[in-house]
This record gives sequence, C-alpha cells and structure tokens, in this order.
Amino acid sequence: MTEAYIYDAVRTPRGKGRASGRLHEVAPVRLAAGLLKELKSRHSLDTSKINDVILGCVEPVHEQAADIGKAAVFAAGYDDAVPGVQLNRFCGSGLEACNFAAALVKSGQADFTIGGGVESMSRVPMFSSGGPWITDPQMTIPNRFVPQGISADLIATRYGFSREDVDSYAVESQRRAKHAWDNGHFKKSVVPVRDINDIVVLDQDEHMRPDTTMQSLGQLEPSFAVQGEKHGFDGVALMRYPELATIDHVHHAGNSSGIVDGASAVLIGTAEAGKAHGMKPRARVVSFGTIGSEPTIMLTGPAPAAEMALKRAGMTAADVDLFECNEAFAAVVLRFMQALNIPHDKVNVNGGAIAMGHPLGATGGMLLGTVIDELERRDQTVGLVTLCVGGGMGSVMVVERV
Amino acid sequence: MIDYRLDDDGIATLSWNVADRPMNVMNETSVAAFAAAVEKAIADDAVKGVIVTSSRPEFVVGADLDLVRTVKTAEEAMAMTAPISRLLRKVETCGKPFVAAINGTALGGGYEVALACHRRIAADNPKTQIGLPEVTLGLLPAAGGTQRLPRMIGIKNALPYLLEGRKATVAQALDAGLIDEVVPADQLLARARQWLLSDGPSQVTKPWDAKGFKFPGGSPQAPGPTMIFFGITAGILNKTQGLYPAPEAILACIYDGCQIDIDNGLMIEQRQFAKLAISPATQNMIRTLFYAMGDANRLTDRPKGVAPLKLQKVGVLGAGMMGAGIAHVSAQAGLQVALIDVDQAAAEKGKGYSAKLLDGLVAKGRMAAEARDQTLALIQPTTDFAALADCDLVVEAVFENRAVKADVTRRAEAVMKPDAVFASNTSTLPITGLAEVSARQNRFVGLHFFSPVEKMPLVEVIRGEKTSDETIAHAMDYVKRIRKTPIVVNDCPAFYANRAFGMFPFEAMIMLKEGVNPNLIENAGKMAGMPMPPLALVDEFSVELLYKAMQQNKADLGSAYHERPQDAVLIDMVEKFGRPGRRAGKGFYDYPADGKKTIWAGFTEHYPLAKEQPDVEEVRKRLMYSQSVEAARCIAEGIVSVRDADVGSLLGWGYPPAFGGVIGYIDTVGASAFVAECDRMANAYGPRFAVPDALRAMAAQGRRYHA
Repeated sequence: MTEAYIYDAVRTPRGKGRASGRLHEVAPVRLAAGLLKELKSRHSLDTSKINDVILGCVEPVHEQAADIGKAAVFAAGYDDAVPGVQLNRFCGSGLEACNFAAALVKSGQADFTIGGGVESMSRVPMFSSGGPWITDPQMTIPNRFVPQGISADLIATRYGFSREDVDSYAVESQRRAKHAWDNGHFKKSVVPVRDINDIVVLDQDEHMRPDTTMQSLGQLEPSFAVQGEKHGFDGVALMRYPELATIDHVHHAGNSSGIVDGASAVLIGTAEAGKAHGMKPRARVVSFGTIGSEPTIMLTGPAPAAEMALKRAGMTAADVDLFECNEAFAAVVLRFMQALNIPHDKVNVNGGAIAMGHPLGATGGMLLGTVIDELERRDQTVGLVTLCVGGGMGSVMVVERV
Repeated sequence: MIDYRLDDDGIATLSWNVADRPMNVMNETSVAAFAAAVEKAIADDAVKGVIVTSSRPEFVVGADLDLVRTVKTAEEAMAMTAPISRLLRKVETCGKPFVAAINGTALGGGYEVALACHRRIAADNPKTQIGLPEVTLGLLPAAGGTQRLPRMIGIKNALPYLLEGRKATVAQALDAGLIDEVVPADQLLARARQWLLSDGPSQVTKPWDAKGFKFPGGSPQAPGPTMIFFGITAGILNKTQGLYPAPEAILACIYDGCQIDIDNGLMIEQRQFAKLAISPATQNMIRTLFYAMGDANRLTDRPKGVAPLKLQKVGVLGAGMMGAGIAHVSAQAGLQVALIDVDQAAAEKGKGYSAKLLDGLVAKGRMAAEARDQTLALIQPTTDFAALADCDLVVEAVFENRAVKADVTRRAEAVMKPDAVFASNTSTLPITGLAEVSARQNRFVGLHFFSPVEKMPLVEVIRGEKTSDETIAHAMDYVKRIRKTPIVVNDCPAFYANRAFGMFPFEAMIMLKEGVNPNLIENAGKMAGMPMPPLALVDEFSVELLYKAMQQNKADLGSAYHERPQDAVLIDMVEKFGRPGRRAGKGFYDYPADGKKTIWAGFTEHYPLAKEQPDVEEVRKRLMYSQSVEAARCIAEGIVSVRDADVGSLLGWGYPPAFGGVIGYIDTVGASAFVAECDRMANAYGPRFAVPDALRAMAAQGRRYHA
C-alpha cells in the first residue's frame, strides 16, 4: 500500500469563543482559508495538485454550512481543480478529516490532500445544528442519552477520580501550556490570524489562565450538578451504571475544555508527490481509525481507539513516545492514562484544551501538529493522537517521524 | 345518540346523548352517530354553522376502553382510530364553522372533538374537568390531541396536559388556552350561536391550515423546543424507568408530527397509538387500573343476597396512629366515631391527628372551616366502652398482642349490638386465632389497613374460619363507605399483601448478605419500577418493625418456626449493628443531618462485597420474581383471587402498573419462561423461588392467569 506522509501541520491561535474573543470578528471560512493560504505560500504549492480538502466541523449550519470545505478552498484562492468536503465526527472531526485525507493517499487515490477543521464557537454556538441523537425522543430515551458533562462526571465517579484529581490535572495543563508558549514550542504550527489588510488579529492562544491554582479552581461550583440532580440525568446514567450510588459532580469550567474559535490544516501526501514539490516529510501515518463505545459514559473511547490503532500497527502503548489525548474534560485524560497505564509525563506534555481551548471541529488537526512539533523538538519517534467523541466514539492516529 | 336540531338561523346543534351508558362516551355506535350528524350538517346547504354540545351534565368523557381492550393487532387499532381522526379533520376543514359548547366535563376523545372545532366555549361549571388523561392508562390521544394541542398553545404549554394527563378546571383551561371563552351556563348555547353567526364564517381555517403558519413557541427544531426535547427525556426516564411506553410515544408524536403538516402528523399519531394499544404495558394498565380496580370498588365480589350494612356509627379501639387514621377516614365519610383509648388524653390525641390533617386541608383551601368543624364533631374521644353500644361496626387497632386484643374484644362485645361487626386491624396475627375469644365468631373479621391510613387506598378484608358471608359483605360495605378499595383475603400468617410484598425487601437483605453491591440492589429495585428501593424502604418503615414481627412469629410458632434466610440480617441489624431504621438515623443507610443519605459503609466489613457481582438484570429478577412466586402461592392456596392479588399489589405496595400487578407480571413474562427462571433460581438461591404446582401446570398447558 502507498505510504501517507505528513508534510506540514498548521493551526490558528485559539480565540475565546465569545463576543469578547479576538476571533469573533472573523468568519469561520476565513479562519480556515488563512491556513490554506499559509500552506500554499510556505511550500509554494501548485494547488491544482491538491486532490481534496477535508475539513471537520461540528456545527455545520449557518456560516459553517453548505460544505465549508469547498468554501474555504474558494476563499483561499486555490485552483478550481480542488474539491472540498466537510465531515462531522463531533469532537473527533479534525482528526477524522486527517484520517480520511491519509486514507485517500494510502489507498492510491490521491497524491496530496489537506485535512483539518474549523469551528467558530462564538459565531455558531454548540448545539446549533440539533440532531436526532440528542433531541429525538425515540433515540434519546432508548439510548439513555445524557449530556457530555454528566458523562465526564460519570467517568470520574466510576474510575475513582476525585475533585482534587481533576483539579490538579487542570492546574498542570495550564502550567504546561504556559511553559510551552513561553519557550516557543508552538511556533512552527501557529499561524497568526490576519485581517484583510494583513494586520494581525490574534497570534496567541487567548483562553489560557496560567495563574490557575488549586485554590482558585476550588471556588468553582460543579457545572453539571443541576443537569444531573435536578433535571434527572444522574438517574439516567445510573440506569446504565447501577453499581454506583450517585454521580460525583467534579467538573467545572476550570477543568473542562474551553470554548474557543480556531482552525487547523494538515498537508498529507505520497513520498513521490512530496519529492516532486521538493518537500521533506515530517512524519509517516502509521495507523488510524475510529471506534464506537458505550454511549452513556460516552467519552471513554480514546483508550480502546488507541489500542485498536496500536494493534493494527503491531505496537503497544510502550512504543509510543508522546500522546495527545484531547482534554475535553480532565477525567477523560485521567481515564485514558489509567486504562493504558501511561505516565502523565508522556501525555499532553504541552498542555491541552483545558488551558488552550477546544474548537470542536478543528482540534484533532491541531493536536497532530502539536505532537509532531514536540517529537521533533525532543527528537523522539512515535506519537499518538486521540480524542473522545460524542455518541460514544473515539478517533485516533499514530504517526512516526521519518 | 346524537340529538340533531336545525334552527331558523341555519345553526345545527349536535348534542351528545349516549343514553345507554352512564355517561357520554365515544364507542363504535356513538362515533358512527356523531359522524352521520356531522356529515348531514356539512352536506345540508341550509346549515351555516354547527354547535357541538351535550344533552347530559357532562360533555363527553372520553373513549370507551372496551374498544382498546379487544384490539389485538396494530392494523385493528388503526382501523379503530382512523374514522374518528378523519372525521375530526373533516370538521376542521369543511369550510363551515364548528363551535364546541362545553357544558360539562370534556376529557380525552371528548376534548379532542372540541379541539377540532373552530372555537371552544365553556359554561362556567365548577364540576367541569378538561384534559387529555390518556397517558394515565398507558394510552395517547389518538383523535388529534397530540397534534392540535401543541399547534394551538405551543409544545411547552401542551406537555403537562399530554405527558401527565393534567386536568384543568374551566378557569385553568381558559388561562392555559385549552378553551377560548367562558360564559354563564345559561348563556352557553346563545353565545355559541352568536359566535357562529358573527365571527364563525371568518374563522373556518385553522392557523395551521393557513399559509405562513407560525408554530407557537416554535416547532420541534426551533431553539426553544430543541432544548425542551434535549432535557425532557431524563425526567421521563426517572419516572418511567423505561417501563411505560406512553409518555415516550406521546413525545414521539409531538417531535415527529409537529415538524410537518397536520395530516401526516395525524397519521404518525395513529401509528404510535396502535403500537401502544397492543403493548403489554398498556393492556396491563387498562386491565388492572380501569377494569379490575373499578370492579373491586363496585364490590363485584361482594357475597350475593346480603342486605347492605346500614352504617351510622363506628367504634375504634385504640387511638394510636392506625386507630386515629381509621377514625379520621370514617369521620370524613360522614360516620360518627367513638374513639376509645385507655386514658382520655390518648383518645383526645387521636382526635388531634384528625384535627391536624383537616386543618391542613383548610389551610390549602381544599376544605371549608365549617366542614372541618362538622367532621371533627363526629369523632367522640372517650375511655368509656359504653360508647360502642350503638355502633354498627367496631374496629380494634390496639397493640399487636393477643392478650390485649382478647381483652378489648371481650369488653367491646359486652356492650355492642348483637349484630354489629367486630373487625380487628391486625397486620400480623391470624384472624381465626383472634376470633376464638369472640362470642360471635361469625361477625368477627379482619380489616387490615395500611399506614398512613388516610393515604393508603387498600384494605384487606380478612376472612377467618368462622367469618360469615354476611360479615364479609358488611366489612366490604364499610371499606367502600370510607372510599377505600377492599380485597377479600383468606386468613393466613401475614395475609396476602405483606406476605407477597415482604419478599421484595427480604430478597434485598438476602442479597446484601451474599455480598451483592447494595447500590446494585437499590438501583435494580428502582429500575424494576418499584416506588422505592428496597433497603431504603425498610429504613422508612423501620428495620426494627420487621425484626419484632419475626420475633413474634418465632414466639408464636415455637419449634414449628422455620428460619428464613433474611432473619440473620434482621438480627444483625438490630442486635449487632444497632441500626433500627430511619427514625433512629441509622438503618441500611446513614442519615446525616446536613446531607444525602448514603448506604452504611459498615456493610463492607460485615457482608464483604462478592468478587463476582451479578448482572443488574439478575438482581432485578430476584426482587420481582420472589414477590410474584409468593403471590402465585397465595393464589394456589386460595388466599386471594387473581384480580384482588393484582389490585392489592398496586394499591397496597405501589407495585408498577406497567405489569398489571404482581400476578400480571407472570403473564407478562409468560408462565413457562417464568417457571423455568424460578426453577433455575430455586436451585441457585433457595426454595423460596419454588413455584406452586398449579402454576407449573398452567405453564405446561400454555395458560395465563388473565384471559
């Protein structure tokens, strides 16, 4: 089979996902287009050679609707020969786009593809697109649907993570993110967002709170206690997990992923196509995929996804130098480390979405860039990126530096 | 059936008058007659507008459940609902104005007729109830209710009426938009006529049939309703545990049907109705909640040919919680009560219980102060047994102690009228034994009330060996008089209800001792549809009480007592762990003053968790099968009838109506599957799961308890 190589991975900085956020003035299509332009100019790409642009986007309505993949192609001024497509695997979308992009290349059906994603959470808020699995009673009732915050608290309860555990994880995420920014660990990937006059709108992640302490987090009220106790979602969760007495509500805004705006783009291609363009591959796509898991606890997919992809590659967790597991909620990563028995110093070493935010459809592509940058900086080899996904899924990709 | 009148103004009045039934109901005949009248009015060019009303005190109280009871297939169900659904759609779209003149109660199909009209005017009648209570019997409004009400008042406002079956007074209905207008009763028809002549012609198109219809509050995909649908399922699941399909089907009708045109919405409604109508849960609910309970309340099992008991005064011996409660419900039924206790203060205290309850009603505006005073005046607290001389029935509710009971029986009988009934409210002591001290054992009966008396609707009428048919009939008369439901039970230890129900907490205790995770036990109990988890329930009515009953039983039976597997837990709880129940703040749970109760952590030390935990389904089965198999034994022993066993389980211990009752559960599972599982469980857990021969034979022959 043809090998797929990652030639570059870029991302926007992440702006606070509300009106006061600096990226709120930027339409999502232009967030994505900025990155496509950057790839083109960095590598003097003949864009007519790009066989597809695949963008993840979780709320594909309004200005993120009608195939924002192709819209971004237009806005970036790519050649008319370039198609574009949008896909949605919820929080896994950005990585899933790269998986699909890699699959096209590996199967010999494309020379160059771009995967990635975009989400302006400030402009197209979460849940804008509705959807049957969260609202249709003929699905939600038999499926024992609970909102993700309840699932995260359920993970903490079931696997024994206390409020202190999740809060310390969050403090560490903030510390690592600050350290990484201070030392320029993101400089290869982060592409400033510019306005129509080329003036920089934002060049730093905006959501971080490096002054976070256990004390400051301790003052936050649990975010999902009302949903759980008053609206009855705890009762629904217990129908699936009757061995528990109650759900311990430990998550809050400070130990959950931040709501932000942002985009990502990853250039993937064959060895020959890269060579023809005079580009050096940064990593090889080793294996990838997605799994389904129990939908009420919903967010435990990363561990089985990682195991699946590692098995496919003939590897084990011990072969992986660095992991990126999306910090949707602190307990998701704690459970991932617990399940695979991985030390924290190999996981999310430059912080994650708790500190920097989780622009839903874009995050997967961002994490791919983060792990490759860090493997290069540390001169290590194997990286694994995984995200928990709504509805009980997990997305994963394993990469290897070349 | 339908009185038809056409007046000179061109107004036709279609008046429901289902003379062969106690009330106006929709059945095959009445719907056909209504359809004919509607068609006639539509076809007649002389008719300019139509009033739909009733010639009887009520408007129309709903559909005849006999219709649903006989339905076997979805096709049959749709064939049943289609004509009325289509007819009402025709009313709505025929181009002539229809007005519902709601003179009295309009429920279910009756209110759906009104919904199809172009205006709903109600008489200012304090007795009127308006609503769609189908959900309470496991059904949904299949004549447009799930489609028209949300389109009329919005999804959010329609939900309580559709999902909870909330009933409204005329004032509440006007406020909620269920009706458009209220007028004095004597002006109802005149106002209806006036509206038809003045406004009617311009109002013949419903908003949802007009171009540019804006769904009030938004259709299901609009942001507001989306959030409602996102959140509402948790509340429903907490209530139904997924055992009751009706609320789910109603929500599905709204979600699916309100996104599209009403004609397709009405089809969706009928399909959902058909699925419900043939579902076991709905059939079970209708059978027990409507038919069996109705029959029990009508005393259809009352011994024949016995003249009714003329009740004016009852005596109650013992003014403790039970006695005071019995005095209270008797006074509320308008009976004079002699409430006797050993000292006057205790008797007065018993009356005080009633005063407190009635004051509560007055404070809530549900009773007038004069009515309270009248009711209270009926209760005569005294220490003097002579007050029993003119009583028609005496209930003793003294301590569960044979000597005390024997003493009051003798003293009461010494003064009672020779034909008055003597009833013992015992929950543990067999009636035949208690009756031995009586001078007229044929008039001696058990009346087993449940606590708190004023809330619990069931009374077990216990037939002792020598209790006469006449006495049974009279005891039933009394129970009916105090607005409770009697079931007739033959004498045996613990009678029927406590015997069968007791298996629920006992099985929980047995599992606890085996090392089953207590959370799993409690959640399985909830998921089975029981009103409270078993261990929490025992805490509420006290662990000590069960312990004492067991000790009493032991003392009574002596060497004949067979130790039961839960005994060890009761002894541990009371003697070793010092955890007598909730009132002590320590039972199966801890009850911290400032927080939520939690299972006592000490169990892990005394009953260590088993390494292999059972599946929740197995735990649920043990909790439910143990009750049903005990009830089946009661049936086989002739203790109680099948109907009363089911009615008693719903009213006595809150058994889930989705199964129709503790015996209905066996039918729902299927006798042969039930027996096979019991055989397996008898082998695995003990002989308490052994089925009686009669049930095994029934399974072998493919028969059911309920036809």
